[in-house]
Amino acid sequence: MPQSSDYLIELKGICKAFPGVLANDDIDLKIKAGEVHALLGENGAGKSTLVKMIYGILKQDAGTIHFNGDLVDIKTPAIARELGVAMVFQHFSLFDSLTVVENISLGMDHSSDLATLADQITELSKRYGLPLDPHRHVYTLSVGERQRIEIIRCLLQEPKLLIMDEPTSVLTPQEVEKLFVTLKRLSEEGMAILYISHKLDEIKALCHNATILRLGKKVGTVSVADESTQSLAAMMMGEELKELKHPEAVELGDTRLEVKDLSLPADDPLGISLRNINLQVRGGEVVGIAGVAGNGQDELLRALNGEQRTLDSIDSIELEGKAVGKLNPNSRRVNFGLASVPEKRLGHGATPDMSLVDNAFLTAYQHLKLLKNGLIDYAKTRQFAEKIIADYGVKTPNSDVPAGSLSGGNLQKFIVGRELSQNPDILVIAQPTWGVDAGAAQTIRQAIRELAAKGAAVLVISQDLDELMEITDRIGAICGGVVSEFYPTSEMSIDKVGMLMAGVSLEEGVSDVA
Amino acid sequence: MLPRLIPRLEKRQTPSKAMIYLSPLLAIFLTLISSVVLFLIMNVSPLEALHAFFIKPISTIYGLTELAVKATPLVLIGVALSLGFRAGVWNIGAEGQLILGGIFGGATALFFYEKTGFYIIPLILIAGVVGGMLWAGIVAFLRTKFNANEILTSLMLSYVASLLLNLLIHGPLKDPDGFNFPESRLFSDSALLPILYDGTRLHIGAIIALLAVGLGWILLSRTLLGYQIKVTGDAPAAGEYAGFSHSKIIWITLLLSGGVAGLAGAIEVSGPIGQLLPTISPGYGFTAIIVAYVGRLHPVGVLFAGLLLALTYLGGETAQISLKLPIAVTGVFQGLLLFFLLASDVLIHYRIQFGKQGAIA
Repeated sequence: MPQSSDYLIELKGICKAFPGVLANDDIDLKIKAGEVHALLGENGAGKSTLVKMIYGILKQDAGTIHFNGDLVDIKTPAIARELGVAMVFQHFSLFDSLTVVENISLGMDHSSDLATLADQITELSKRYGLPLDPHRHVYTLSVGERQRIEIIRCLLQEPKLLIMDEPTSVLTPQEVEKLFVTLKRLSEEGMAILYISHKLDEIKALCHNATILRLGKKVGTVSVADESTQSLAAMMMGEELKELKHPEAVELGDTRLEVKDLSLPADDPLGISLRNINLQVRGGEVVGIAGVAGNGQDELLRALNGEQRTLDSIDSIELEGKAVGKLNPNSRRVNFGLASVPEKRLGHGATPDMSLVDNAFLTAYQHLKLLKNGLIDYAKTRQFAEKIIADYGVKTPNSDVPAGSLSGGNLQKFIVGRELSQNPDILVIAQPTWGVDAGAAQTIRQAIRELAAKGAAVLVISQDLDELMEITDRIGAICGGVVSEFYPTSEMSIDKVGMLMAGVSLEEGVSDVA
Repeated sequence: MLPRLIPRLEKRQTPSKAMIYLSPLLAIFLTLISSVVLFLIMNVSPLEALHAFFIKPISTIYGLTELAVKATPLVLIGVALSLGFRAGVWNIGAEGQLILGGIFGGATALFFYEKTGFYIIPLILIAGVVGGMLWAGIVAFLRTKFNANEILTSLMLSYVASLLLNLLIHGPLKDPDGFNFPESRLFSDSALLPILYDGTRLHIGAIIALLAVGLGWILLSRTLLGYQIKVTGDAPAAGEYAGFSHSKIIWITLLLSGGVAGLAGAIEVSGPIGQLLPTISPGYGFTAIIVAYVGRLHPVGVLFAGLLLALTYLGGETAQISLKLPIAVTGVFQGLLLFFLLASDVLIHYRIQFGKQGAIA
């Protein structure tokens, strides 16, 4: 094909609207061969929408795409693959019960026999440092290994442009480093890579250029080497970040939340069983549990807040020194001031079809006495809902809209606000700022610290290592349903937490990290 | 380019409030249109047929009272089923619970056959509630203990109930002086519901139904139980998170709807029927499902929907007499109405869009 343009792919004036939102507004994007180009933006900035149009999953309302200088109409992913575009999705599409090679063969546009394919896989995996046994079953593989399948599946097509959608959100720091080595090798061989992320340090480490999106609009394209993390952050969020005021050391109180040898078999075969978990949180303390999603965080939270009773060993969970294994969420909330924020917002922390007023009532009705003579006091409940909306800057037309109509970040602010406004004595909070804009994230982190300063015990379960390093006093990690030892945060580095996340004990040393 | 006039469904950003209320009206309209087609096919004048169906039955005072008589069980059960449906508990077996209520209420009436007293009617009604609860309790037990799907168990128990009634009136409850006909004695006067308007069959059951509408409304909109029902139906995990027990909600809604259906059964046998017969309901328990949905699972809506569906029963009878139409027309009407309602409900979450995809909203 004649090289009639400097750029491998060139997008001009791309627009895409969904009902009620302009997801992409006049976006330009140019990538050269061999370039690692970052697409940077917060959640909801329009990054995924844009790449879905490049990969033929969505069709743009306006604008043009040139590939190798030719105007192309990418109607389907098959056309995109034919052009030489490959994509690694955030969520893998793999069959657990099939082997690596079987999974890869299913996704191929052209069939080939399994033995040849297995050889190709082995060869590619050696060449690019992606160790993978083609005959292993997928269910035996770690998340990082599963991602390698997706990458190799793409490489088999010998693409010219590889799109990676937030590839590191499911990886430990060590796995991220290995991935970057591979990506750099690919780029040196002339492959263009479009790397989607909102993690600035990754972009600094990997990318040549970055295009920044904010609220569906392009902010600019910059050379990454010329920018600092701060200036990239400012472009991404449109505002300077406030530094968190670290509160002066608080005198620690008694142990308010204690877990002793908690083991809990999983309900369903694909769930995670909790095994021998031990932890203590004292009044005035923020303790963090890091971990890659799906390692038992949800199960742990449900055991702590009482959704999952631990009847086999009722004294494995103690609140204020009392065994609570038999108590339901309500009694734990009322008698011990335990509040919790689950990771899943819609359908767990809030009911999608009910209004914000109704959702304010959900966990607060006893504490705030929102029942009068057996009837719901809607005037008082509305006041409470409106207070949360004002205090936590929830963006909503009013308090009568259904919770499901709020954006993820706004709903998160509402749920966190609902729990924190009740001044809990013990708080268990999962992914406190996930999807929340930077300013509000800071408000939430500040509120968590202030709650601890008032003497509450706080357990934060989060995937966001920077956040945990910033707000916790002690930190540990969960991996495969096992919780590590806890260490003072001040003595920990991101690397060390990463090892804990991979299930490696710090005492055993670094040698175990293969 | 594809032609731009092919209509497509496009998801609405928020559910349409207007369509929630317009959808039943649209469904009624579509039902009428298709029934016109149906009458034409059957060689009956559509105007005459619709008149016989919807105007003639309620053009007299007696007709209006009959409408109330038919609407009473539909509204009662419709309100109770709405509560369950709101919680995502699909009790399809109200018919069986109604029959059990009839059996219990009827047996009580026959037990006090020789007696007179003001206490007999309350006892009959209470027995009916107990009977319905017992039948729904089986469903709740199977659901909470073995996770057996309540749609199947409640439906199957309806047939068991119907056969049980037949067994009893062929046996122990058969009228001893009835020449072996499969029916019970006529109840004594003390076991018959007081008539509200002389010369008609309008009985105090109608007032109980109105009361149920009011109570149901308050329960659903203002009480903690109503709130728990709504949360459980909308997001069961959120209910567990708040500390509402899912199995408790299953038990309560099933016992409630079963109890009320049983009450309706007792009201039927001690009201318009006055004895136990092989068939004590023309499918009220099933029709009440349509009533609940046409009424938008809201007690006040159920009141109007109950009157509408009661009219299809009356209209079917009138059309049978005056136009020689088969009684099955009633079932066709009811089925079409539910069919069109479910179809129209799509428009609550989607809108019809002509032309270009993804127009800027």
